[in-house]
Amino acid sequence: MIELAQVCRTFAVGTQLVRALQDVDLRIGRGEYLSLMGPSGSGKSTLLHVLGLLDRPTSGRYLLDGKDVTELGEVEAAAVRRQHIGFVFQSFHLVPRLTAARNIELPLVLAGMPPAERRERVAQQLGAFGLTDRAHHLPDQLSGGQRQRCAIARATIARPSLILADEPTGNLDRATGMDVVRVLEQLHHEGVALVVVTHDAELGRRAHRQLRMEDGRIVADTVHAAHVP
Amino acid sequence: MRLADQLGLACGSLLANRLRTALILLAMATGIAGVVLLTWLGACARNYVADQFSGLGSNLVIVLPGRNETTGGAPPPLGESARDLTIDDAYSLERSSAVKAVVPVVAGGALVAFGNREREATVMGTTAMFLPVRRIEMAWGSFLPSGDPRSAPAVCVLGRTLREELFGSKPALGEWVRVGDRRYRVIGQVASAGRSLGTDLDEMVVLPVAAAQALFDTPALFRVLVEARSNEAIPRAVADTERILRERHEGELDVTVITQQSILDTFDGILRALTLAVAGIAAISLVVAGILIMNVMVISVAQRHVEVGLLKSMGATPSVIARVFLWESVLLSLGGALAGIALGELASRIAPSFVDALQPGTPPWSVGAALGVSLLTGIGFGVEPARRAASLDPVLALQRRA
Repeated sequence: MIELAQVCRTFAVGTQLVRALQDVDLRIGRGEYLSLMGPSGSGKSTLLHVLGLLDRPTSGRYLLDGKDVTELGEVEAAAVRRQHIGFVFQSFHLVPRLTAARNIELPLVLAGMPPAERRERVAQQLGAFGLTDRAHHLPDQLSGGQRQRCAIARATIARPSLILADEPTGNLDRATGMDVVRVLEQLHHEGVALVVVTHDAELGRRAHRQLRMEDGRIVADTVHAAHVP
Repeated sequence: MRLADQLGLACGSLLANRLRTALILLAMATGIAGVVLLTWLGACARNYVADQFSGLGSNLVIVLPGRNETTGGAPPPLGESARDLTIDDAYSLERSSAVKAVVPVVAGGALVAFGNREREATVMGTTAMFLPVRRIEMAWGSFLPSGDPRSAPAVCVLGRTLREELFGSKPALGEWVRVGDRRYRVIGQVASAGRSLGTDLDEMVVLPVAAAQALFDTPALFRVLVEARSNEAIPRAVADTERILRERHEGELDVTVITQQSILDTFDGILRALTLAVAGIAAISLVVAGILIMNVMVISVAQRHVEVGLLKSMGATPSVIARVFLWESVLLSLGGALAGIALGELASRIAPSFVDALQPGTPPWSVGAALGVSLLTGIGFGVEPARRAASLDPVLALQRRA
């Protein structure tokens, strides 16, 4: 599904060039479950942003479903994100003035779906993520776990084929974190490709395929075919 | 993204910052109310002037002696000098088929006395036709007798105020009053017609034109009122008047002929310019309000970097983000405009109960203009903040680093 070839991303910080990604080659199959680990500044987040078309490689090529998306303009990239990609962030990024239901609805709103159809999908999604009785609560009235479930419900409502999660359990306690991980893994079982950036080795080990990054390169790529979470 | 959803997002953001929104609406409303009220005052002034002129009677052409225009020729005494406008001049105008009636007018000041009461009053000499041409009615008694305008019966007609001052509650009919050094018998009182063009009939004494000429010892008329047969006949009446008087004055056009419309047009032009100037000054406050909107939107964008990054990560295009922010500033300015118009409308309905010359109700065009200007303000000052939001880098925005 995803093919990165010789992808580099450099940032200019003052007069210095920072190589966040160096010659990254990576193929991700449909429905794969990947974890992305490595020390701070190793390029995990940058790779995630490049995969999500939020950032563009300085050089190299990115094929998504066989289509070259390296040079897409902002409008086309936005369309690809809308249709194929869901983001889950460490700090949830729920819009504070919108209720849980409204937050979950946002991707459909952006896609221009009629309100009646939206309501149905949102109700389904609230049920699936155990948030039905929290539908009309504002984010600051939800617990951390509920917030992240709300964010995941939002990331998946448009039925993307790729979920990119950046430290999804980083702001949660252990038990709640596990709860969120199970929600994400459930999505994986439903056939969605899942890329999780994490510092948590235990969480990283749950993935079928584990990538380790250092200094902008992928230094290890282990597959546990028989892994059962 | 659907329009309703864009508006919904924009409204939600405005409602989330109630105090800030209310203050901006107040600023905008103040500016708009100022513009609406000042244009309304201008419109009132124009209506006031128009009313004053309609009090003169319609189809009126006024002939004034002298001409305020430079002509060539030698200076007096060799060259021309303004000739008096005489009663014969006035009645010669009846030759024109466009003229329905001619009213000579003499005016001056004199001491009017009855018994031991004296008043300095305006004396107007005219004829019986003055009454129908100026559409004035009698309170009691009769107006000047019709007949040869060159005869001077010793009668007079009083205005209400003057009669009250001289006679108090005593009957005035048939009494003799002294005007200057002559005596006239009171035969009537004109009904109060209010002011028109600064002449207040209430404070006047009206004499037969020949009597006034004798009193002031001059054959010259102050002016001649000419009533055209119809509104359409006015241009012809003007042309005939000028032609006839030119003939009578040895080829020299030494009178000024004005129509009600020409005076009205002049006043209208002046008042329109004044209204626009004053509204323009008020519009400066709209610019200030616009800058406030821009300021608030810039702050709003800065506070919502993460939200912008989030929307972008969910596939919002730059134009969608720009529109959501632009709607916010447009809603602010339009909301302020509606509040300002309501405020102006309210004031323009209350104020007329205290000031007679004002008419209630703001002119519709000023409401339209206020809406238009506020819309332009909202868009004009909203574009830059919206563009900023749209051009944010999503990665940096999500990290609050942009």
